[in-house]
Amino acid sequence: MQENKIFGINGPVVTVKGHTDLQMMETVYVGEKRLIGEVIRIDSSYTTIQVYEETTSLKPGEPVVSTGLPMSVTLGPGIIGNIFDGIQRPLTAMRDKFGAFIGRGADFDSLDGERKYKVKMLVAEGDSVQCGQVFAECPETPVVTHRAMVPPAASGEIISAVSDGEYTVGDTLAVLKTPDGRELELKLSQRWPIRNPRPVKNRLPSVKPLITGQRVIDSVFPIAKGGAAAIPGGFGTGKTMTQHQLAKWCDADIIIYVGCGERGNEMTQVLTEFSEITDPKSGRPLLDRTVLIANTSNMPVAAREASIYTGITLAEYYRDMGYHTALMADSTSRWAEALREISGRLEEMPADEGFPAYLPSRLSEFYERSGYTENLNGTEGSVTLIGAVSPQGSDFSEPVTQNTKRFTRCFWALDKSLAYARHYPAINWNNSYSEYVNDLSDWYRDNVSVDFMRYRDEICSLLLEEDSLMEIVKLIGADVLPDDQKLVIEIARVIRVGFLQQNAFHKDDTFVPIEKQFKMMELILHLYERSKQVVARQIPISRVVATGIFDKLIQMKYDIPNDRPEMFDEYKNEIDILLDGILK
Amino acid sequence: MIIKHLKLSQINGSLVTLDNVNEASNEEIVLLKVEDGTERMGRIVKIDGSSITVQVFEGTRGLSMTNTVTTLTGKPMEIPLSPEILGRTFDGLCRPIDGMGDIFPDERRDVSGAPINPVSREYPRNFIQTGISAIDALATLIRGQKLPIFSGSGMKHNELAVQLVKQAKIADGGDFAIVFAAMGVKNDVAMYFRNSFREANVMDRVVMLLNLANDPIIERIMTPKCALTIAEYLAFTLHKHTLVIMTDITSYCEALREYSSSKGEIPGRKGFPGYLYSDLASLYERAGMIDGVEGSVTQIPILTMPNDDITHPIPDLTGYITEGQIVLDRGLDYRGIYPPISVLPSLSRLMKDGIGEGYTREDHSTLANQLLSTYAKVQDAKALASVIGEDELGKEDKLLLSFGKDFEARFLNQGYSENRSIDETLDLGWELLSTLPRNMLDRVDDKTIAKYYKG
Repeated sequence: MQENKIFGINGPVVTVKGHTDLQMMETVYVGEKRLIGEVIRIDSSYTTIQVYEETTSLKPGEPVVSTGLPMSVTLGPGIIGNIFDGIQRPLTAMRDKFGAFIGRGADFDSLDGERKYKVKMLVAEGDSVQCGQVFAECPETPVVTHRAMVPPAASGEIISAVSDGEYTVGDTLAVLKTPDGRELELKLSQRWPIRNPRPVKNRLPSVKPLITGQRVIDSVFPIAKGGAAAIPGGFGTGKTMTQHQLAKWCDADIIIYVGCGERGNEMTQVLTEFSEITDPKSGRPLLDRTVLIANTSNMPVAAREASIYTGITLAEYYRDMGYHTALMADSTSRWAEALREISGRLEEMPADEGFPAYLPSRLSEFYERSGYTENLNGTEGSVTLIGAVSPQGSDFSEPVTQNTKRFTRCFWALDKSLAYARHYPAINWNNSYSEYVNDLSDWYRDNVSVDFMRYRDEICSLLLEEDSLMEIVKLIGADVLPDDQKLVIEIARVIRVGFLQQNAFHKDDTFVPIEKQFKMMELILHLYERSKQVVARQIPISRVVATGIFDKLIQMKYDIPNDRPEMFDEYKNEIDILLDGILK
Repeated sequence: MIIKHLKLSQINGSLVTLDNVNEASNEEIVLLKVEDGTERMGRIVKIDGSSITVQVFEGTRGLSMTNTVTTLTGKPMEIPLSPEILGRTFDGLCRPIDGMGDIFPDERRDVSGAPINPVSREYPRNFIQTGISAIDALATLIRGQKLPIFSGSGMKHNELAVQLVKQAKIADGGDFAIVFAAMGVKNDVAMYFRNSFREANVMDRVVMLLNLANDPIIERIMTPKCALTIAEYLAFTLHKHTLVIMTDITSYCEALREYSSSKGEIPGRKGFPGYLYSDLASLYERAGMIDGVEGSVTQIPILTMPNDDITHPIPDLTGYITEGQIVLDRGLDYRGIYPPISVLPSLSRLMKDGIGEGYTREDHSTLANQLLSTYAKVQDAKALASVIGEDELGKEDKLLLSFGKDFEARFLNQGYSENRSIDETLDLGWELLSTLPRNMLDRVDDKTIAKYYKG
């Protein structure tokens, strides 16, 4: 075999001179320290490699060792509850080896090879198996059962299989003989290249919502399981906070949280918080259903580019087992910047704002890996993608936001002025949208109430009306408005402060069941309808406001516990008694 | 055997190129001896086979193709460290300039540093009392945080930084060690800081690194790296709580831009290099605490927003990395309010976990929320008043305006050495809120009202 040597070094980019046997996108070890890299360009005179670690002290002439394999991750039990860097190296193992600071040049097994799992075999000798079929299962965490699957491209007959028992990820559980006579060992773990989507049988329509417990999302701008959403916002508008809330409370089975080029302390926070908070559904720590991928802003830029793909590959793997997974990527702008940085080092021709011309195609490839699917083994699963976008200068017209908008169907625009007024989540109701509303309306009708969508539309139109009224108020003050418009302003205030605004630190308000959200909308609109009667009788609306009922409704999110829906009837009675009194 | 290279093959800005170099390693330090006897330091930034590109820290003035002898040191940039560095003053490359001789190192450390493993970090939650109401109450500084000051030319950020250094106190007592890094600041500014440290009697726990406005820009690129390496040494080896003040980040970024364009790199926004975010992150992310290790690095970078524009790439990217920001406002400054902190865009991301019962006081977060949301409404009332006149305003709006005036004059405004305890600050907040009727306080529950509201 030909020996490859480093020729040039420029930041994270290394070149090898001459014709090489290296393949495009294959993983290589660079230098004496065996830094991990990936081949990104080959031409007649040079092969270009991006290195996933710091290149300080690398010398020309040091070896470049080929592995023959594309950048891959190891899929198997032990992923859940773990924290990895951008190329799936376990950070706890790295701490044990290097101490508090991250060292270089280490090749770690992604999964713990020592740990034994209690495996239950689902196939026996002589069975014929199809690609993607589950051949064994084992408990991975108390809430997740891991299903080991036949790799997507393989099928055939089982020629030997072990019996139930305790095995590690490296043990051979069965041997498969393919129709062309090859023998394939089936283990708990398998490898998969991160840039290739895992195949599915069919894509299904996304008609079930991902319930998040956040009112502005579930009731106003819902997202479907298998959908894709973008959260753009300037710094300090609460992108990360919103992502955390979704990761904590959404009803997916598995959460993959990718911290891509963000703050180290935030990852620490997720790690500590998620091991303390218990999931209300299972009663177990949230970490039992969560995987963290941390490539903080000061970790090498090339690994940041890979971290998004590592995350989505893990999500697809659990989807194939029949789970609903959700991937939070914070933030995709950092990933795009990593692309730009590498592209700059390769001296490629830049397009918009220095981003490479292939930015839109990379973004669309990524977001298209979401979906609600029928898997190869017949189960149904989904991957929901929620990407934060950090537009430069809070300017939504920049390339990453604009291109993301094209490939996601849900857009939760965070707003600076709302954040300044400490209105969280700062999702601006005037320029956010969800294209899933129509797809999901049947689900809401069947599972919550036939009135749900009607109420939602009414709430939206009240907010819109308030917005145009506020234009007038800004010019001439609220006092001159006629009473029916004053009522709109008052009721919109209840909607904004009492409904859309949500307190992540309040024990009841941090997660609100969809039934309570519906009841809240119903009650607000009930007050609106009754107050309209007052206005119709020429009675000043200020008399209703003076009773304090509007303020009482604003407080209902705190005053009515999530488990006492019957209290809504008491509120309704109170409104009726109050307004009947005024109408008399 | 040390090989000396007698020729340069290209000189371009601060970069020189050498051919036929075989033993070079990436980011290695080289020494350039010029004929006139001076010695300069450089760093290898690019290798192309046997041709290397070197960035010369002191600039290339006076170099020719033939008058320079280059030697490779075989090592990346390292600085000497020992407990003696406290109280000393260095130049931007960490060479002593106070005439007190060299440092006898306990160890030498690579200035690029390594990222802290997120698993090893300890989440910061200890409140630092700065004695400044606007910061303590509304954008609380936490030990291990990176909280920049966004200022503009001519505003009082230096005074604010000095006051922070003098008054910053950790809840459990103990003093901070201070690392002060000046990047491209004027000589008077450096003097002002030195005199203030001396007056405050903190000089023996300050390390100063000075790269002044007329010093070479490449040296400036290394200054914060040296400063943070010192800070990490003080914090995690000597176990001191360390406060790093870096001013002015804008000069640093401009130096980086100059260097990048001379290297012929493809520029991003406003000519800044595409990797500005990663580069700034490699500085800011060096703040923090390590699980199980005593000591911490807290950073207060100061940057002047060009044309007071917060969307300029430098404040913008900084805001995306740091854990909040303190924004100064020219309008407040003109009105003589000190510190001129614009509280609405100011934010401390770590505040929520470092305040409240057990840290400051149970009512802290409620009070902060209410003050901010009320002050946001004051802005709306002001806008309306400027259209229809103050007299035409409704009763609530008039109350808001007078609250706004009080808030700025009494809460924000304080003396250069006025040191308010957290209790004083919070009580003052409640006193101001008590001028408003109960129904205008929509963020406060009845229990808190009963205890603190005096209206």
